[in-house]
Amino acid sequence: MRRLFAALLLTTLLAGQALAKDELVIGITQFPATFNPAIESMLAKTYVLAFAQRPITAYDASWQLICLECETLPTLENGGAKVEGKGIAVTYTLKAGAKWGDGQPVTSDDVVFSWSVGRHPQSGVASAELFRRITRIDVKDARTFTLHIDRLTFDYNAVNDLRLLPAHLERSRFEAAPAEYRNKTAYDQDTTNPGLYNGPYRVTAVVQGSHVVLEPNAYWPGPKPAFKRIVIKAIENTASLEANLLSGGVDMIAGELGLPLDQSLAFEKRHGDRFTVVTKPSLTYEHLDLNLGSPILADVQVRRALLLALDRDTMTRQLFDGRQPVAHSMVPPLDWVHADDIAQYPYDPVQAAALLDAAGWKTGAGGIRANAKGDKLALELVTTAGNRSRELVAQVLQAQWRKLGIDLRVKTEPPRVLFGETVTKRKFAHMTMFAWYSAPENVPHSTLHSDAIPSAANNWSGQNYTGYVNPAMDRLIGSIETELNRPKRKVLWRELQALYAADLPALPLYFKADAFILPKELKGLEPTGHQDPSPYWVESWRWE
Amino acid sequence: MTRTIAFRLLQSLAVLLVMSFVVYGLMGLMPGDPIDLMIAGDPHLSAADAVRLKALYGLDRPWTERWLRWLAQLLQGELGYSRLYARPVVEAMGPALLNTALLMAASLAVALVVALPLGIAASLRPGSLLDGAVNLIAFASVSLPVFWLGLMLIVVFAVELAWLPAGGMAEVTGDGGGTLAHLVLPVAALALAGIGQYARHMRAAMINEAGHDYIRTAKAKGCSPARVVLGHQLRNALIPVTTIVALEVGGLFSGALITETVFAWPGMGRLIYDSVMGNDFNLALSGLLLATAMTLVGSILADLAYWRLDPRVRRTP
Repeated sequence: MRRLFAALLLTTLLAGQALAKDELVIGITQFPATFNPAIESMLAKTYVLAFAQRPITAYDASWQLICLECETLPTLENGGAKVEGKGIAVTYTLKAGAKWGDGQPVTSDDVVFSWSVGRHPQSGVASAELFRRITRIDVKDARTFTLHIDRLTFDYNAVNDLRLLPAHLERSRFEAAPAEYRNKTAYDQDTTNPGLYNGPYRVTAVVQGSHVVLEPNAYWPGPKPAFKRIVIKAIENTASLEANLLSGGVDMIAGELGLPLDQSLAFEKRHGDRFTVVTKPSLTYEHLDLNLGSPILADVQVRRALLLALDRDTMTRQLFDGRQPVAHSMVPPLDWVHADDIAQYPYDPVQAAALLDAAGWKTGAGGIRANAKGDKLALELVTTAGNRSRELVAQVLQAQWRKLGIDLRVKTEPPRVLFGETVTKRKFAHMTMFAWYSAPENVPHSTLHSDAIPSAANNWSGQNYTGYVNPAMDRLIGSIETELNRPKRKVLWRELQALYAADLPALPLYFKADAFILPKELKGLEPTGHQDPSPYWVESWRWE
Repeated sequence: MTRTIAFRLLQSLAVLLVMSFVVYGLMGLMPGDPIDLMIAGDPHLSAADAVRLKALYGLDRPWTERWLRWLAQLLQGELGYSRLYARPVVEAMGPALLNTALLMAASLAVALVVALPLGIAASLRPGSLLDGAVNLIAFASVSLPVFWLGLMLIVVFAVELAWLPAGGMAEVTGDGGGTLAHLVLPVAALALAGIGQYARHMRAAMINEAGHDYIRTAKAKGCSPARVVLGHQLRNALIPVTTIVALEVGGLFSGALITETVFAWPGMGRLIYDSVMGNDFNLALSGLLLATAMTLVGSILADLAYWRLDPRVRRTP
């Protein structure tokens, strides 16, 4: 009886301890350089601020646009948006009771101030596209305002990039010297000021390069978060991050900035009894951009043969436990505009060989194909150095194409060289492997439109690195951008994906998956798989 | 001696000037600038945005012009703002500098405390079992990669035994204390890597001194073995070792990138690396020049130590 009583007591105490856990330590691999939500984009900053800052709108875990800091998402159907000439007027009402951490209300004035910072040429805001498109803001009252946008596009009500800044704290700093604002912002000079945050948590301590401490915002009007303290610890080395998790130095590893999938899968095999590894295919599209200016790759038959010769199903199964779905276009399966009925190029070495024969590439000496002039079918692939998954995939590509008589030389470059020079200035000879990170229903204007081919004339802007030009694609992109009717837009999206699959300006590989390593007791965390991170919904996290 | 020191200081200033030019030039010639990288990562960034941002950060001007501006600013006592951390360079560098100084000074001290006696002991009986053991330790210490050693220490002492924290420099929960416990593993990794070098140098210097006439004379005069070794042989053997240790002074402030990364220690190594990769000229230059200046100071200190330890240097006109 005593033993039973003691066991019951121990169980109760342990359970009490588990329920009483009020500190959560999260490991990530990068430390945020700045904390101002409007200046510079950096994944670590987005992640940390997601606990403490709420944008007006965001995409949720099912990839639907929702209101986070507004009452109702304005649409043409509910009268919140009205077409005016070539543009549109969209009216938002800020959430009732929304307050900054010092008790000041979040108001329309904050919206106007944030917009004026964003559109100022010297404020240091990187992408000013949204701020330029908003030509005027009419303030109706403290909570209601109307944005006048110069173009009518289907995503007229998505203002995710309009990050709110507290005018009562930041206006004087900005107006004193707009060009100095990026250095004088309170977010970096007075980071722990509670008035800078409007989310469920606020930053209470920052140890540069080490960790950030967050504590509940007393003025948060929504559901109270479960943890009294959240610590985000930056550990750059992934082996150390894993060791920290095992030794209790951190409680969980965030998928947004955590271990690579292969390392997470190995971890799951060894420690699956103690931790839950949650993976979710994301918007991150791993692919091979082809240089269409190359005489070999200018021929669509060769491009199709290259894709047919790849056993991508086996590759993702063997390397990634099948958790990274094979891509057939740039649109991921979780996106509502994804189309299944397009050319998919399953592994077919016989058809691939026939296509290469028809294109004039016959098997020659040493098993390598050559054309009538004697030029060998030799290609060069350049990708990022130090990325283990990519290096493995490159080896698979090399081996599979070698079977078909294609000689592939793999070259790796540091990311800074690859993305700062080789890719952006289109200096890769044949192909380059990297990933695109985008938003749900992201129109691929910058990657597929003919006006987005980087060149010295346009200061190397645009991301159509392949040099792809197809007037039909240009027309489709333009039509999608301005089509407000969802069913009609879905049809256009299908056409776009079909054209992409037919032309193959890039070879689709797979969609990457984020791996979250969570303690079994942590519930309510839902990975999103896109750029709006999981802590936007931290109020739902709890320890059971 | 005063003239020599003054001359060395002037020489050091010239070296720093040349170094700043070379470092700035190398960073300026690196492919890609931060705005190019932003263009690659942000589909919404337009050509106009790129031009505006390059002008804002001064990246549209030749690097030589930017270096001259930086130099003029430095002469006015301004290190400028860190572009990456959006704060004055001194503020961005200060905490990292202290962290690195703590880590490196502790590891240097531990390495010397262990290595010097080992080197002396090994030199007393060259070829003995003890000498063999010290040599083995020294070669193992020099050969083991620090990142591997660091990870092994974490696995054994943090994961398996749970005696010590795996990384960071203080408790992130509770009162934020525990720096000493957090210091143990990174110091152990760095000290173990340094012990071999110092022990080998100490041993070689001691053996070299043992063959000199003054040692034979001291023994003939009836000095005790301890006095011969510690009072005569060690004093002279310390001269080359002092030079090596003095040159390590620069390292105290430039950090140990790999160890800092493995143990998540927010020090100068990571700060300098991030600033170089992020084209944060002000921060990178200040960090690298500080390390160079400290190495030069260390070299002057070595000269002073020579002057103090070796009477022949003092007699040199």
